[in-house]
Amino acid sequence: MSAIPAEAIRAENQADSSGQYDDLVNAGYEHGFVTEIESDTLPPGLDETVVRAISARKGEPEWMTEWRLSAYSKWLEMPTPTWAAVHYPPIDYQAISYFSAPKKKDGPKSLDEVDPILLETYEKLGIPIEEQKALAGVAVDAVFDSVSVATTFRKTLHEAGVIFCSISEAVQEYPELVQKYLGTVVPPTDNFYTGLNSAVFTDGTFVYVPKHTRCPMELSTYFRINTANTGQFERTLIVADEGSYVSYLEGCTAPQRDENQLHAAVVELIALDDAEIKYSTVQNWYPGDENGKGGIYNFVTKRGDCRGHRSKISWTQVETGSAITWKYPSCILRGDDSVGEFYSVAVTKGRQQADTGTKMIHLGKNTSSTIVSKGISAQHGQQAYRGLVRIAARAAGARNHTQCDSLLIGDKSSAHTFPYIEVKNPSAKMEHEATTSKISDDQLFYCRSRGLSEEDAVSMIVNGFCKEVFNELPMEFAVEAQKLLSISLEGAVG
Amino acid sequence: MLSVKGLKANVGDKEILRGLDLEVAPGEIHAIMGPNGSGKSTFAHVLSGREGYEVTAGSAKLDGTDLFELEPEERARLGLFLAFQYPVELPGVNNMYFLKAALNAIRKSRGEDEFDAVSFMRLMKEKLKVLHLDDSLLKRPVNFGFSGGEKKRNEIFQMAMLEPKLAILDETDSGLDIDALRIVADGVNALRSPERSMIVVTHYQRLLDYIEPDYVHVLAKGQIIRSGGKELALELEEKGYGWIVDGEAA
Ligand SMILES: Nc1ncnc2c1ncn2[C@@H]1O[C@H](COP(=O)(O)OP(=O)(O)O)[C@@H](O)[C@H]1O
Ligand SMILES: [Mg+2]
Repeated sequence: MSAIPAEAIRAENQADSSGQYDDLVNAGYEHGFVTEIESDTLPPGLDETVVRAISARKGEPEWMTEWRLSAYSKWLEMPTPTWAAVHYPPIDYQAISYFSAPKKKDGPKSLDEVDPILLETYEKLGIPIEEQKALAGVAVDAVFDSVSVATTFRKTLHEAGVIFCSISEAVQEYPELVQKYLGTVVPPTDNFYTGLNSAVFTDGTFVYVPKHTRCPMELSTYFRINTANTGQFERTLIVADEGSYVSYLEGCTAPQRDENQLHAAVVELIALDDAEIKYSTVQNWYPGDENGKGGIYNFVTKRGDCRGHRSKISWTQVETGSAITWKYPSCILRGDDSVGEFYSVAVTKGRQQADTGTKMIHLGKNTSSTIVSKGISAQHGQQAYRGLVRIAARAAGARNHTQCDSLLIGDKSSAHTFPYIEVKNPSAKMEHEATTSKISDDQLFYCRSRGLSEEDAVSMIVNGFCKEVFNELPMEFAVEAQKLLSISLEGAVG
Repeated sequence: MLSVKGLKANVGDKEILRGLDLEVAPGEIHAIMGPNGSGKSTFAHVLSGREGYEVTAGSAKLDGTDLFELEPEERARLGLFLAFQYPVELPGVNNMYFLKAALNAIRKSRGEDEFDAVSFMRLMKEKLKVLHLDDSLLKRPVNFGFSGGEKKRNEIFQMAMLEPKLAILDETDSGLDIDALRIVADGVNALRSPERSMIVVTHYQRLLDYIEPDYVHVLAKGQIIRSGGKELALELEEKGYGWIVDGEAA
């Protein structure tokens, strides 16, 4: 099946206010620091032995090892994707170390047992676990490097019957659930990065919400890349059983680095009949210096399967980091009357490149999807929105509404919009809106004439631009997202 | 309060202001009238620091401080306010949030305590009454989707909230019907004080029936060519601008 570009909009900023923001470019990366903690790291390189070694270190059962090996052999055959509108030097997969775990092997039972240096790291990030615990309703499964080191609120969740643990733990303790669902939404052969991830993933999160259960709290994981040259291959699997609801928050930040770091996560969501999954991401990978050197390469595959009737999956993401982002959180609307949503804010500045978007695959009857994408480009930032909406022949009564807005700051940034629409059922109702705007000199002057600094003015206008998306985020997260946006644009207003 | 001497300013290669002098003392209201394209808005923009104008000669001082040394926001923090002829829309930026941020930026620069939500709301309620503004406007994005009249009233509301030393009202009357005009004028009059000065820029003398100026100046071709009391405005109304402007040229 090939996508038909129904419409391709190319919007490039051609204002003539050359360099007027450049003198404001300065702010360094706030979260740039490296925690000194000894790591048990495999030497760089990848072959079958390494895959076996990873599996062995995790003490995995035979079926898991076989699953990895099968993924690995298929990966060897796969070409790297080249069509995304991003440019980067070839990645040497043999120069990457595929396993890194904090030395202390046994998981801590409480925060007291957590390495104080780790806690300090979270402190620096402004997301101390202590505070998180106090913030009622938020459970934290903190992923430091590749292994979970702190899990809280397990008990409350346990009482509700909700399983929230690391994927490695799930492999050990809930093998039947993992075997039943792992790779059913994103098969190892889906693309180059999912193949790689399936072979070498070292950790990630597993969530299972039982039938007719409303998860009693927002589930939250903070990711963080920490060991030099360690690729991150997280694997997240969330299953919402019939009539259940779960909201999951993912937040990321990374320390400053010299070398580019690869991140190739896989996230699989499965919603059964009448279930709802809300997945929110606020991401702040290190974007690299002003020349793009040292940033994170973020090649993520996120996909939700509305497997049941009347199920709903909603992706909300705020992306401010990464040297290169390549991701398309998608929904497969398999069940009748199922609903898929995608709300996204992406910021690119400096030399950042982002190729993001979503795919909404309508298979069931009366399925509906909503896409709201807000792209902000500053300095030399480049952004492409790539959205695919596919209405299958049997998906009678499908509806889609797509809104794609780009905001350009300065005159060297660019935004491109590529909506692909593929309709095989004539009863489909499709709406598409796209706008490109620029923060105008008039707007800046108006704000400044009221006493606001230029930076405050930009951040206010940008936050206003993103409002529809922020409204979708859980309260505390929305506040954090706004802060993050302001911080990341400090260097961009900019 | 404001002292402008020999001010010349260009847009591109074109000289718009050609030697403008103006002295405004505390508490005074000065009306600047003149035909379209005479440079009234240019004058207002140059004083408040908008980009795109080049000051080639002269000076402008607010309470002795050289305005041209300052960024637009610094001028605002010093107490200069411009009510725009064409207020700018800020989609998605909540009007109330915007005002609170502006007010607090100004207060902070003066070493005053920032307003918390409660005291800000209290102040806002007070000022709203004077302007007969519907408070639903406050929950909407700044000027976004406002009618012409609502935009102008919102400008005066901002002025009331920010309590400037010197306010320049650029054609605040244009596009207002008589009722709206009266409300705006009432709002402006309520803000008159011995410490506050205003420059009221207008094309028509109509506004001056409601806001009584101490002085009226006629701006033509980038210069003030005639100054007088409020009776000058009536004379202009009667005879049009032609007799002064042409008389000057002759
Ligand atoms: N940004 C600009 N670019 C070119 N010409 C301008 C610009 N702004 C003002 N002008 C010109 O300057 C003159 C004065 O304009 P303005 O100050 O707006 O007049 P007024 O407010 O008195 O009607 C007009 O001839 C106008 O065309
Ligand atoms: Mg004008």
